[in-house]
Amino acid sequence: MSGLLLVLLVALIFVVLYQVSRSSELVASIQGEENFDRKRNKLLGFSMLILFVALMVGIFACHRYMMPLMAPEAASDHGKDVDFMFIVTLSVTGLVFFITQTLLFWFAYKYQRDENRKAMFFSHSNKLEMIWTTIPAVAMAVLVAIGLKAWFKMTGDAPKGAMQIEMVGKQFNWISRYPGPDGVLGKRYFTNINDKDNVLGQDWADKANLDDIVLQNGELRLIKDKPVELIIGSRDVIHDVGLSHFRLKMDAVPGITTRIWFTPTITTSEMKKITGNENFVYEVSCDQMCGKGHYSMRAIVVVETEAEHKAWLAKQQSYYVQNHPEAAPAAAPAAAPADSAAGKKLTMN
Amino acid sequence: MSNEATLHSHDVHTHHGEHGHEHHDHGHHEHKQHFLTKYVFSMDHKIISRQFLITGIFWAIAGGLMSVFFRLQLGFPESTFAVLEKFLGEWARGGKMDPEMYYGLVTIHGTVLVFFVLTGGLSGTFSNLLIPLQIGARDMASPFLNMLSYWFFAVASVIMFSSLFVNTGPASGGWTTYPPLSALKEASMGSGIGMDLWLVSMALFIVSSLLGGLNYIVTILNMRTKGMSMTRMPLTIWAFLFTAVLGVLSFPVLLSAAVLLLMDRHAGTSFYLSEVYIAGKALPNVGGSAILYQHLFWFLGHPEVYIIMLPAMGMASEILSCHSRKPIFGYMAMILSLIGITVLAFLVWAHHMFVTGMSPFLGGVFVLLTLLIAIPSAVKVFNWLTTIWRGNIRFTVPMMFALGFVSLFISGGLTGLFLGNSALDIHLHDTYFVIAHFHIVMGISAFFGMFAGIYHWFPKMYGRFMNNTMGYIHFFITFIGSYVIFWPMHYEGVAGMPRRYYDYSSWESFKQFAELNQMISVAAIIVFFAQLLFVFNYFVSIWKGKKVTDPNPWKANSLEWTTPINAGHGNWEGEIPEVHRWAYDYKDDGNGNDFIPQTVPLRDGEEAH
Repeated sequence: MSGLLLVLLVALIFVVLYQVSRSSELVASIQGEENFDRKRNKLLGFSMLILFVALMVGIFACHRYMMPLMAPEAASDHGKDVDFMFIVTLSVTGLVFFITQTLLFWFAYKYQRDENRKAMFFSHSNKLEMIWTTIPAVAMAVLVAIGLKAWFKMTGDAPKGAMQIEMVGKQFNWISRYPGPDGVLGKRYFTNINDKDNVLGQDWADKANLDDIVLQNGELRLIKDKPVELIIGSRDVIHDVGLSHFRLKMDAVPGITTRIWFTPTITTSEMKKITGNENFVYEVSCDQMCGKGHYSMRAIVVVETEAEHKAWLAKQQSYYVQNHPEAAPAAAPAAAPADSAAGKKLTMN
Repeated sequence: MSNEATLHSHDVHTHHGEHGHEHHDHGHHEHKQHFLTKYVFSMDHKIISRQFLITGIFWAIAGGLMSVFFRLQLGFPESTFAVLEKFLGEWARGGKMDPEMYYGLVTIHGTVLVFFVLTGGLSGTFSNLLIPLQIGARDMASPFLNMLSYWFFAVASVIMFSSLFVNTGPASGGWTTYPPLSALKEASMGSGIGMDLWLVSMALFIVSSLLGGLNYIVTILNMRTKGMSMTRMPLTIWAFLFTAVLGVLSFPVLLSAAVLLLMDRHAGTSFYLSEVYIAGKALPNVGGSAILYQHLFWFLGHPEVYIIMLPAMGMASEILSCHSRKPIFGYMAMILSLIGITVLAFLVWAHHMFVTGMSPFLGGVFVLLTLLIAIPSAVKVFNWLTTIWRGNIRFTVPMMFALGFVSLFISGGLTGLFLGNSALDIHLHDTYFVIAHFHIVMGISAFFGMFAGIYHWFPKMYGRFMNNTMGYIHFFITFIGSYVIFWPMHYEGVAGMPRRYYDYSSWESFKQFAELNQMISVAAIIVFFAQLLFVFNYFVSIWKGKKVTDPNPWKANSLEWTTPINAGHGNWEGEIPEVHRWAYDYKDDGNGNDFIPQTVPLRDGEEAH
């Protein structure tokens, strides 16, 4: 429908509504204001009950419709804690919700205007105030306790032996880096970056960099039941590594290194069976506004068995070798430097 | 509290007469005022309040229309819409919105609705209208600064509006405009001149808020009429007082954030920038922290949402009480909870930053403080429920909106408990759960408080009533429609669906919500048209509304209803009335009335409340 027609239609509807409203005022003056007000008040009082029922029915209908569309069970052990906390919080807040909404609409209906009844002059009660200050305070304390327990576990240090993977965001894709056979991620600095052959700005003088594997599609390959620590950074603006199936996320901030660790518990193939969806895939979503491509910063997470992961690793070439083929060793894909992992701390930036 | 201060208020008034730029003559009819000084650069608080409101209405339509546009994209990502091209021109060629413009629209939508509508249009309108009238003053402490506070808002509006039309588009980094995205024009077209205009507009808006806030605080503390002790003031005034305190202490921090951002953009500084490689170049800036901006922004950002909420709460308390013919329950507890909210509001800002990599210990502290602030909010809800219990309720349009306000505040407030707990926030941050939360508790609930206020005080503003039938239609469509729009978003958020996405169709994890997103968009369009009905009602009623014949049409107790129906400059003809009781004596006065206004002296043997 053309724009002009639409505007005219809306204007017409408004004029009609206006006339209806004016005529209802005429009806009021014919019936007598008092009488009209009384009838209308009863109708509106009744509407309070209707609204309440509509709200409750709507909530349940929405729930029935939405549940099949929700994410499957949490795919990490931290995620299970998050889901548990969610249920606890939902129970507490849900109870309060149903009680208060019911009282609101019930009181509105029940205490509608009645000439035969006077409003009760009840201005305060310190006892009531104490009760309904203390009970929420206790409930909050419980939620805080449960919440902080989970929080400190999640944000604490990753367990020793956790796999380390670096995840770097840029407008508009993710880049992941694996430490390679030496188990160490080499140093990098932003002034070394060039999009041709050094997307992360790795310092090639640091031998630990020579075997690092860089995936420019940001793919994360994780091992079931093995803790992984993500070392997160950004090249340009703030991004965020969003892992909704694992129930966590962490910002990627230029100039700052952030970390998050978790243990994936369900492989991609297992999840395909659980969801009944052959196309199921774990996805990384960017969860901090980063510009016009924010909605397209997608990366895949593959959770696989240790054997599958080893097999995948064996097929990878280090980023250095990909860009400096003369450095490729004769047989094996990546040579382990003599002074490798032992005692070397993780070095970055 | 101090009657000396209220007695002193008379002296303050005589001082006013001496200032060259003042125009009021107490009690005499006015000398002829030029149109410009009477209506445009008015220094009368009642006219200024209407200026704020009408500017707020303009921005509400603009911001609402923006949301209709971006909901068209979200609900129908495969379709094209001619109307988009009509309004957005090159930014929606062929009827398909450019992602850059999508982000510009969501940014400006958030910015203008939070600041221009719900702060300027809410506090600006009602603090201005009600403070002098309800405390018994002829006008604000400084009518001149008051006039300036509106005009800074107006200029800020013009600049923000102009930013929509620049070549590179308006600011587009979200209303939070985090750097480095907002600092680097290479990062986004919206970070070009559009961002500078945004920052200048916001700086002017902040000045407007500060001028207003200072005026409100000084007026409330110093210019109450005889007998109006602090504890006899209506709750609206307490709410406006704390709102102003929040603003005065926190807006300057946002100003500093904006100034530092302008410097990073143009003066080569590195407050927020460190180790950035963009557009093929490593930038020279090192040492700054993007997180610094977030601290500065949210130090205002969090109190800001209470700046929005408190006036709505104050007005809802007043309206629920008046239309239930019952005192507000727990007046002192309500004041104490306002104090609690005000203090805690300054201490919780980093709950917006749980996933920035901040120290977990610090995060834990903010979790504790955040869940603490739930307590005074809960107390208020219980007091509102007890206010209507055993009342005698008239379902006027303002009362409907006040009841709706409580329902929405419960819904939106409770979901804050999920987000305030950091271990849950680590999943829910930046998802549609957040969008559901803040829209219900602020976008809708506070708006309902604002609507309740407009319908209730329209007779005082214009001497006419707004049309009731249109008012009820407005209420029902908006109440039901808002729940339809935002309730399902909680589920989308729990599923991890990120906010600020232009299109979800290529995401295996989120594409299943396509049908729901469509339905939400349709509901949003319907609710938007219901708001247009309200605007139509508002303007038509100014000239054609049913005339007010009784100066106290709602039979309320507070002082604004003791002025003549179309009160002139100076509010009361003759002396300002003296106050003898609190504002909530809804009880038998012995003469067949169920209320006793504040100006009625105590009867023999009657105890003061």
